[in-house]
Amino acid sequence: MPDSLPPDSVGLVQPQTLHFPEPLTLACGQALPNYDLVVETYGELNADASNAVLICHALSGHHHAAGFHSMDERKPGWWDSCIGPGKPIDTNHFFVVSLNNLGGCHGSTGPASINPDSGRAYGPDFPVVTVKDWVESQARLADRLGIQQWAAVVGGSLGGMQALQWSLSFPERIRHAVVIASTPRLTAQNIAFNEVARKAITSDPDFHDGRYCEHDAVPRRGLMLARMVGHITYLSDASMGEKFGRELREEAYKFGYDAEFQVESYLRYQGERFSETFDANTYLLMTRALDYFDPAFEYGNDLAKALTQARCEFLVLSFSTDWRFTPARSEELVKAMIAARRKVSYAEIDAPWGHDAFLIPTPRYMDTFTAYMSRVAREVNA
Amino acid sequence: MRADLEIIEKWISPESHVLDLGCGDGTLLAHLQQEKQATGYGLEINPDHITTCMGRGVSVIEQNLDLQGLGNFEDQSFDVVLMTQALQAVRRPDVVLDEMLRLGREGIVTFPNFAYWRLRWYLMRRGRMPESETLPYKWYNTPNIHLCTFKDFEALCYRKNIHILNRTVVDSEHRYRWFSRLWPNMLGQIAIYRITR
Repeated sequence: MPDSLPPDSVGLVQPQTLHFPEPLTLACGQALPNYDLVVETYGELNADASNAVLICHALSGHHHAAGFHSMDERKPGWWDSCIGPGKPIDTNHFFVVSLNNLGGCHGSTGPASINPDSGRAYGPDFPVVTVKDWVESQARLADRLGIQQWAAVVGGSLGGMQALQWSLSFPERIRHAVVIASTPRLTAQNIAFNEVARKAITSDPDFHDGRYCEHDAVPRRGLMLARMVGHITYLSDASMGEKFGRELREEAYKFGYDAEFQVESYLRYQGERFSETFDANTYLLMTRALDYFDPAFEYGNDLAKALTQARCEFLVLSFSTDWRFTPARSEELVKAMIAARRKVSYAEIDAPWGHDAFLIPTPRYMDTFTAYMSRVAREVNA
Repeated sequence: MRADLEIIEKWISPESHVLDLGCGDGTLLAHLQQEKQATGYGLEINPDHITTCMGRGVSVIEQNLDLQGLGNFEDQSFDVVLMTQALQAVRRPDVVLDEMLRLGREGIVTFPNFAYWRLRWYLMRRGRMPESETLPYKWYNTPNIHLCTFKDFEALCYRKNIHILNRTVVDSEHRYRWFSRLWPNMLGQIAIYRITR
């Protein structure tokens, strides 16, 4: 337990639940009659509400992006390295909003919520939500908070897709989109990994066609496997090699199939912890949202044509060893932005940690991000 | 504002769409955005320069001309393609010139003139590769791998059917000197060319 909070932390924070009574029609055709979003905010909204920054979360996302919920909390929010006083998203200048998306399992309406039509948990009946749906719900959140236009919408990975979608769905309501370690659409390989993860969950005997709650069961093994596969793709060979090498838990081979290598026990541990805290239906839904994202689809697969809708400026960042969403995917996005004559800056950050690098504060990453955001802050104060 | 950049500015019409190859810290692009309402991008590989560009609101793209080329830009998608003090550092200056005029209606190029009299004198007197304010490197660590003279550059343009619209010279402090205009190949330190097909 820390005695005091770090000076560059946003400090103790509390989530709040906002209820939205109006129905939301989703891309799949179904509607949510009403819904809740759990939100955290950091910093102060200025008088003309021009300094708001929306943080969009990645796959296993959470509204707790920065600071601590209590003095007992061991780890701060998931993006604490980038949000706080003096950090790239400087809370001395910005009012930062972070939420748990629809379909999530940290308090926002999702598969574990009660379906008003049936009086029981949605479970597998919770409609598939898309990135576009999330952006729609986030626009209503902005309305509720009195934010007409975001100074910036920022996200990594799946969060980057939301930032990109914001620029297309609500071009007048966003001044800057920061798209980090992301892609304009998944490759077949990406979708394949997602399918393995989903199959691991749905083939768990405790899955019960998604109605595991009603059976007082949790498809733990499936969730654990899904997370293990995911985890491998978020790291790089080099970072795994550096962290674990071929190190054994004990001195000699045992010629069996228990976790003998350190990397095996690490993956099992991570998988198990994840399976205790994350909802299986939410995992299915989030990976599906990833698969479906493809803003070019409606424009005859012409991404540049799609991007002509956008009015904001873009910052695109990629990481050299990210093989889940490679720098080439970011460059594809940048190329389309150039063809559409949008304002865009791009940098490829050299970092050894694979896709997860977007969560790790390497000096060049922080410098670049800080420089860009400081300029966004100057516009706000002007 | 450096004199060479001032000259370049005069050659660029308002609201031009500009690509700056090797844009450095974005000084020129920032100036063109402000004074000429120009749009466009800078290409750069130096991380510190990229950061500076982003901080001042210049759209900068990390891209290595030599390794990645310019295939991500469409034909005739810019009014002007700039390259200041970088031609001599690329692997194939001739290919880059072609690419510049594929992407833009016009190109503006500046480079150090290797036939400048002081460099000639340095080489003649010492028999060693010249070093100067414009070329402050040893032969083995210099990024300038394709040094040329006014005459060389013009010969290349002639061979490629590239038209020279304007040509001027400045000294190492980027000042005009009346005498260097009289005899540029001998007295000009930095060459500034405006070219088109």
